Amino acid sequence: MQTTLISGAITRKLRRLAPQLAALFAILALITAISPGFLSVTVQNGRLYGSLIDVLVRAAPVALLTIGMTLVIATRGIDLSIGAVIAICGAVAASLVADGYPLVAVLVAVTAVGLVCGLWNAVLVAFLDIQPIIATLILMVAGRGIAQLITEGVILTFNNDDFAVIGSGALGGIPVPVLLWLAAGLLVGLLVRRTALGFLIEATGINRRAAMLAGVQARFLLIFVYAVSGVMAALAGLIITADIRGADANNAGLWLELDAILAVVIGGTSLNGGRFSITASLIGALIIQSINTGILVSGFPPEFNLIIKASIIIVVLTLQSPALGFIAGFFRPPGAGQPIGTASGEHRAADKAGTTRTDRTATSLSTGERAS
Amino acid sequence: MSSQSPLLEARNIGKSFLGIAALDGVDFTLQRGEIHALLGENGAGKSTLIKILTGVYRRDRGSIQLEGSEILPETVADAQALGIGTVYQEVNLLENLTVAENLYLGRQPRRFGLLDRKAMTAGAKTLLSRYGLDIDVNALLSSYSVAVRQIVAIARAVDLSGKVLILDEPTASLDGHEVEMLFTVLRQLKAEGLGIVIITHFLAQVYAVADRATVLRNGRLVGSRVLEGLPRMDLISMMLGRELLEIENDHAADHAVTTPAGDAPIRFEQYGRRGSVAPFDLSIRPGEVVGIAGLLGSGRSETAFLMFGIDRADSGQALIDGKPVQLSSPQAAIANGFGFCPEERKTDGIIGEFSVAENIALALQARDGWARPMSAKKQRALAQEFIRSLDIRPPDPDRPIKFLSGGNQQKAILARWLVTEPRLLILDEPTRGIDIGAHAEILKMIEKLCREGMALVVISSELEELTAVAHRVIVLSDRAHVAELKGADVTADNIMRAIATPATTEAA
Repeated sequence: MQTTLISGAITRKLRRLAPQLAALFAILALITAISPGFLSVTVQNGRLYGSLIDVLVRAAPVALLTIGMTLVIATRGIDLSIGAVIAICGAVAASLVADGYPLVAVLVAVTAVGLVCGLWNAVLVAFLDIQPIIATLILMVAGRGIAQLITEGVILTFNNDDFAVIGSGALGGIPVPVLLWLAAGLLVGLLVRRTALGFLIEATGINRRAAMLAGVQARFLLIFVYAVSGVMAALAGLIITADIRGADANNAGLWLELDAILAVVIGGTSLNGGRFSITASLIGALIIQSINTGILVSGFPPEFNLIIKASIIIVVLTLQSPALGFIAGFFRPPGAGQPIGTASGEHRAADKAGTTRTDRTATSLSTGERAS
Repeated sequence: MSSQSPLLEARNIGKSFLGIAALDGVDFTLQRGEIHALLGENGAGKSTLIKILTGVYRRDRGSIQLEGSEILPETVADAQALGIGTVYQEVNLLENLTVAENLYLGRQPRRFGLLDRKAMTAGAKTLLSRYGLDIDVNALLSSYSVAVRQIVAIARAVDLSGKVLILDEPTASLDGHEVEMLFTVLRQLKAEGLGIVIITHFLAQVYAVADRATVLRNGRLVGSRVLEGLPRMDLISMMLGRELLEIENDHAADHAVTTPAGDAPIRFEQYGRRGSVAPFDLSIRPGEVVGIAGLLGSGRSETAFLMFGIDRADSGQALIDGKPVQLSSPQAAIANGFGFCPEERKTDGIIGEFSVAENIALALQARDGWARPMSAKKQRALAQEFIRSLDIRPPDPDRPIKFLSGGNQQKAILARWLVTEPRLLILDEPTRGIDIGAHAEILKMIEKLCREGMALVVISSELEELTAVAHRVIVLSDRAHVAELKGADVTADNIMRAIATPATTEAA
């Protein structure tokens, strides 16, 4: 009985992730077909090298951002500020390292700065009831200004090998950035799924008022998700800063918040809030980075990059679209939109799952109608 | 006048949503130069009827004749072109445009293809002067009061349509003086021969301005009456219905003997909130069902919101076991052992995408806190237990709750609170919009919980429901508690009489 329950849980999880995994493998296969050396991984100086490893390393900033963004979007919010938070945290890190502060102090200080940025957003959203897109837009705009003040308008560089390890070092052969985003994803994933946080966040995202009337402390949850988002941006800022050994207030993390949102959407978490999967979002981040790296190694002229990237993303999203569900029924398996950690029936009718999203739209439409 | 054919005549209108009849064979007749009140409780079918008349919905059956010819408005613009204009409660104008722009939106006067501002200003001025309104039409609409906006909206609707004007709750956010101003305009339009339909919850206003009232109840026509000389009591009994179910007589006799004695452990003293409910006293004992009656808008739900901490009281105090408590949020109320099944199940109750099991577990999980998660296994076990005891159908704990019928959703929400073992359960319209079978089951459940020693507050617009289950009934009118009926006095007649009695001076 116990084993069937566990294997049932794994099957459900795989089913939930199937579209994302399929998309990822398809893209990897496509790139390999164009440039055959793509999948080869070698070991040099005790560190893994290769295009595939490069994808995992380069994906680190967006993957970290995606973890926080998934939770924020699950509450029906959005966090536009994280790119700017990367710039702030990078500037703080660079100036502290340049001033010779010990590594631990730098890490603690930068994480704290990210936390404060997240809490700022949380206060605007949870207490002042400002719409998330506007609330986080404030820091998105102001953040780069703050970062420029910290770097005093220049690109602040430093030379510190200890700190640079965060961006380019390796531990047991695995690059540190990869370890960082895997650890953060695992930690946050366990935190929200092994406690009731994920359950309560989803309830709040689907129907905040009903959740509050059932006694859910929606404010606390909002503070939590924006705080996580801020801290994840701080970690991303550390990696980017350590990697280039400098802080560029204007360009560090530029537009990364949009990649993170895209990764969450590719991961199948609805912008309407509710059911979320951090794992699926992380695969989404890998899909985006595979495309980036793939275009690079395939030798296309760089001016085609953005167009190709956009085209591939349109294909991925179209395949996930509920409108296409009836054609690609096999691609959106039963259980899509189901929770990962919660119980769900084996006998859920397949057609039900296929219509989950459309129903959602219909529901929100009818609510809108009630309001008018 | 009466020999003329009516201005608007709707016959045998029917409309269903997902197989549930929202309107069933309703007739509605509007004469020229008549102000006609459309009355009924929530869910009676008023807005459905209005939406069919104004082209928002298409009727399933029936006919509508305007000035003797059959019409089938497909869109709001269609209805407008035919001569039927609507003004909604939330004024449907654009606040960031000027008054003149609002009046001419979509049909701006042009000269050489360009906007003719001069003509627009002049036109707007003459239009509004008909309503005795002399304002700067080039100022933003948002700079004027709701009453002025209301009149601008009326002016636009009349200018566009000109035959039938439908007003949905026009006075909800107006003060006494503004209401009078609005009524003056309506009487003037009536004198000009327009047919006016007004939806309002304020009976005094109905009598003040309307000539005739049509009452709907549960999607059916109850009747249409000339208001002059019609006793208020008759109108209220039409709205609330007085067909008593058989079960009532069984229980009515019990009231006197089953009213528990002793000092009430849950007491509200002079509890109130300005603009919501005037201060009231209410005490509730274990094993007692307190009913709350009143018309829509009388402060029924507001009383529940105060008790459950959704709205904060600004006067008085709540006492539990003699100790004052702060009910500043739903969490605080839940911590004190309260539970609340809201009237608006869809927006305030269910988490649509969550399964039945998750919906049932939500309140208990929220109370336990995030750090003490309930396992999926325990969620399902709890759900199975209540699916069995409340007979929730289909008996599948994993089905998303939005796919359940209203009655089964209500049972699941009830289960959500029962798992928290509350000492006080507040039920706001527990049987609204659910089928007859579930209706009876929920009433039985209320009686069972009460026998087991739970204290219950039941808010309902169904009088027979209250008289069937309640030991005491508090009657609300104009946002104040105006009467309390006990024991044998709990009858539908007495409740209606209490509602009909004009509010005493204590209503602030």
